[in-house]
Amino acid sequence: MFMQYFWAFVVGGAICAVGQVLIDYTKMTPARILVSFVVLGVVLGALGLYQPLVEFAGGGASVPLIGFGHLIAKGTLEAVKQKGLLGALSGGLASTAAGISASIFFALIVALIFKPKEKA
Amino acid sequence: MSDITNNDYDILVKKQSPTTKSYKTIPLAFITGGLICALGQAFINFYLSMGVNKDTAFTAASITLILLATLATGLNFYDNIAKFGGAGTLVPITGFANAITAPALEFKSEGYILGLGAKLFAIAGPVIVYGIASGILYGLAAYVLKL
Repeated sequence: MFMQYFWAFVVGGAICAVGQVLIDYTKMTPARILVSFVVLGVVLGALGLYQPLVEFAGGGASVPLIGFGHLIAKGTLEAVKQKGLLGALSGGLASTAAGISASIFFALIVALIFKPKEKA
Repeated sequence: MSDITNNDYDILVKKQSPTTKSYKTIPLAFITGGLICALGQAFINFYLSMGVNKDTAFTAASITLILLATLATGLNFYDNIAKFGGAGTLVPITGFANAITAPALEFKSEGYILGLGAKLFAIAGPVIVYGIASGILYGLAAYVLKL
């Protein structure tokens, strides 16, 4: 149990440290990093390289945005197996639908209720 | 006006820019991001203990983190963590939630449709566009190659 949290912490932390290196040493903006990490996740997922990391590190691999890309790849492959060509179009959004919809819905509610911070 | 080349200018800018203290920022990103992932693991274990299957537990844990990060953004608390956490607060799914909520909230004053509604996708849009597009390319390859 302890080791599970330990590896989630270490692997997740290491992935975030890579992001920090990109911020510090390249001119990548946060938006570029998010996009790159998701696409990287799709590539790693497609090559079958990310699932072993998810098995090993759990939240350490699924929580970073690379995990989101991996989920797109995983859903796409399953959908292609089940529905053929149509699955290539439906799979990626289907597997991530809950996360995307939740993000949109929660953000809408919060943006409606809360006041924007005062500009300093 | 003195004539300096672009290259000279770049060097000048570099000298004047505040130096990023990577010996601080990288460990802080590691620790902050690691803690968020460990919290995600705690949620995964919690949902597993409620008897759901693995995929559901992972998704539910992500959604819980998204909910917390969205609330923290509304309360102006996420920004405070991001100040020292850097990429540790950007790379996890919580950073995605923050990147959706913050512009939506900020541009509410420009209206509910083209302000809040449109700006909500300022970051989420590109992420979804390139994520889904690469997924479709993979799907086509998987179909043709019969993976």
